[in-house]
Amino acid sequence: MNLTRRKSELVKEFSPMLEKTSTLSKIWIWSLVAIILVGAYALFLQIYKGQSVTGMRDNVVWGIYTVNFTFFLGMGYAGAFISSVLHFIKTPWKNSVSRIIEITTVLSIIIGPIFILLCIYRLDRLHYLFMYPRIQSPITWDVIAVITDLIGCFLYLYLTFIPDLAILRDNSKDLDVPKWKKNMYRYLAIGYQNTDEQKEKLHKITKTMSVIVIALAIVAYTILAWVFSLTLQPGWNSTIFAPYFIVSGLYTGVAVIILAMFLIRKYLKLEKYIRKVHFIFAGVILLILSLLFGYFTFSEYFPKWFSHKASDANLLNTLFSNYFWMFIIANYGAVLLPLVVISFKKLRTVKLITLTSVIAIICLWLNKYLIIIPTLETPYLPIQDTRPEYIYYTATWVEWALTFTGVAAFCLLFTLLIKFVPAIPMSGIIDNEEAQKKKKKRFKKLKTE
Amino acid sequence: MENKKTEKRSTNRRNFLKLGLMSSVTAVAGASLISNLTSDEELQASGEKIRLLTPDGKVVEVDASNINNYPEAHITPAESRKGIADRKFVMVIDLAKCNNARKCVEGCQKGHKLDHGEEFMKIQLIQDNPDAEPYWFPKNCMHCDEPPCVTVCPTGATFKRDDNIVLVDTERCIGCKFCITSCPYSARQFNWEHKAKFDDKSQPYSPETSVPGAEGTVIKCDFCPDMLRQGKLPHCAQSCPMGVIYFGDKNEDIVTNGEETVRFSQLIKDRAGYRHLEHLGTKPNVYYLPPVNKQFPLERGFDIDEEIIERYKDVPYVKELKKQGKI
Repeated sequence: MNLTRRKSELVKEFSPMLEKTSTLSKIWIWSLVAIILVGAYALFLQIYKGQSVTGMRDNVVWGIYTVNFTFFLGMGYAGAFISSVLHFIKTPWKNSVSRIIEITTVLSIIIGPIFILLCIYRLDRLHYLFMYPRIQSPITWDVIAVITDLIGCFLYLYLTFIPDLAILRDNSKDLDVPKWKKNMYRYLAIGYQNTDEQKEKLHKITKTMSVIVIALAIVAYTILAWVFSLTLQPGWNSTIFAPYFIVSGLYTGVAVIILAMFLIRKYLKLEKYIRKVHFIFAGVILLILSLLFGYFTFSEYFPKWFSHKASDANLLNTLFSNYFWMFIIANYGAVLLPLVVISFKKLRTVKLITLTSVIAIICLWLNKYLIIIPTLETPYLPIQDTRPEYIYYTATWVEWALTFTGVAAFCLLFTLLIKFVPAIPMSGIIDNEEAQKKKKKRFKKLKTE
Repeated sequence: MENKKTEKRSTNRRNFLKLGLMSSVTAVAGASLISNLTSDEELQASGEKIRLLTPDGKVVEVDASNINNYPEAHITPAESRKGIADRKFVMVIDLAKCNNARKCVEGCQKGHKLDHGEEFMKIQLIQDNPDAEPYWFPKNCMHCDEPPCVTVCPTGATFKRDDNIVLVDTERCIGCKFCITSCPYSARQFNWEHKAKFDDKSQPYSPETSVPGAEGTVIKCDFCPDMLRQGKLPHCAQSCPMGVIYFGDKNEDIVTNGEETVRFSQLIKDRAGYRHLEHLGTKPNVYYLPPVNKQFPLERGFDIDEEIIERYKDVPYVKELKKQGKI
């Protein structure tokens, strides 16, 4: 009965997050809604007037929608990957971050594909992908991979939600939340009673799913990288694109998770659970990934520069003229900044690690921009045109509005989701406490013996 | 039953094509005409025979059903996937003769109802190295034998036919633009918005004419199969006053620019014909004859609109000319 009391204690502790909405978070939610409304207008314009309202033209046919697509999906796959890996590691601190990672994953995997839909003009013919599929097209592979990955991740994340939903259902009497939420808890907990048999089963399934999710994330992001690297284009036709994309995706994922950890800790007052050690540990992972990212970036560009094939030289010329600062900021910022901040003990503070993550996120987005757009601006045959919009790509306000709508939707859904289930998994806390008790008992036993 | 009918119609059309194409290259191909007509498709004969006089004076007996079907008949998107039987279409562009008259561009635009700025045939000014003299480089779709665009299309909206032609079915295209990014020749363009001309349904849509266009779909050079079926040359080859563009059939080893008809293999051999970006392995079906012993001075090509000249401002040679105040 001790366990039941502890559960209701935890529910009580976290209930303010689920029940109340502070003025600040109300302002936050409404400003996000405002951004989304602007985005909705932009979307209406794009559908009504066609993609001529975007900056995309015959040469640069893929713009920041595709950048966002690869960026968000990378984040999602990274989240699934990290979450699954954490499942195999038995550390107490993983409880503090696992739910945040899971939510990040689901949301970015939902929002990512929306951006590729914005890029496809004839959405009225989207079903042709299934009616007339051609299996040799990397897009078909991508459609299959993304859908499989989405289903896989959803199943996995749902499994990790079940014990908490059951706790919330059992203690819903004490919770001051609308009735539909209580009903949702009941339905979604699918009769989970936390019996030993159920526990064992759930544990087994979750473990299996986490292995599958790791594999799916690697396969799906590889295929996404292939969409670029299987073409003949100078900047894209690269053998290292798949691992490069996976590393930069993981890097993005970790950076976003650190940012989310910071915000949640600050505004939900969870300093007790999300502690400095977590930030330092995540920071070290960030550093390792940033170094890997730097290594891949160097391996990608250095041979191009050294062997200077005409087409590669053209691309580098574009990168180092029109995109000079972007190139420097994206590739140096994302590599050097974590190195400096994490290496020195004095700089290793929660705020600085978070700031590094924010800058890294921007740098990584720019990195994707630099991979996609300059290549399209430097085809094999020189662009000979007088219309500036056909020579250089500049994103229009419509594209920016929809990009920020994606970010806003991510934040909004995140905010709403942690109002539905606590940002810290309660079942994880209980499991952890039980494990520690067992350890103590064993320790005592050893001592007495 | 329905299938049989369409099949019959298309075979008849094919027969007629042979008649037409042959008549334009009679000198060389006259003899093969009879063999073509008698070779494969006497299957769905109506029984009634009509005697015709071929351009080279021979009398042939043709099935009556062939006469009633005009070669201009509408080719549906499904029919257009088959290609014209026994043909391997090929284009040869003689760079030594081009002086940027832009008649091919205009002819193509007229034939495909394209707007200003929409060009299936683009004329580029290429300077291979700083010491070389630039040359005018008419560039359309290469109709590759290993087309990267066809490989990446997720719905089969763009396809390769048996007669070498790569076409786009704009009724199938979802507008993902993957084909555009995968084409190393930048041959493809996109309808970025709705245009009034798309509503003009007076001519039923066929991938063989690319008319009328559709918003949010890909467009490109189609080698004018509708003209080929009528035994005519593509719009660009027809409208070039210099005879730069040769078009023909690799199977029969003949190409013609409308004035002279030559053996394709001999032409490529004698004039060192090459294909653009051969090293990419796309195996194009557009061949170029190198710009040696040019028939016109390069400057002749600058006798055009200011706006068009502006396109070539980045070519080193043009920069030099501008510095000298010549243009």
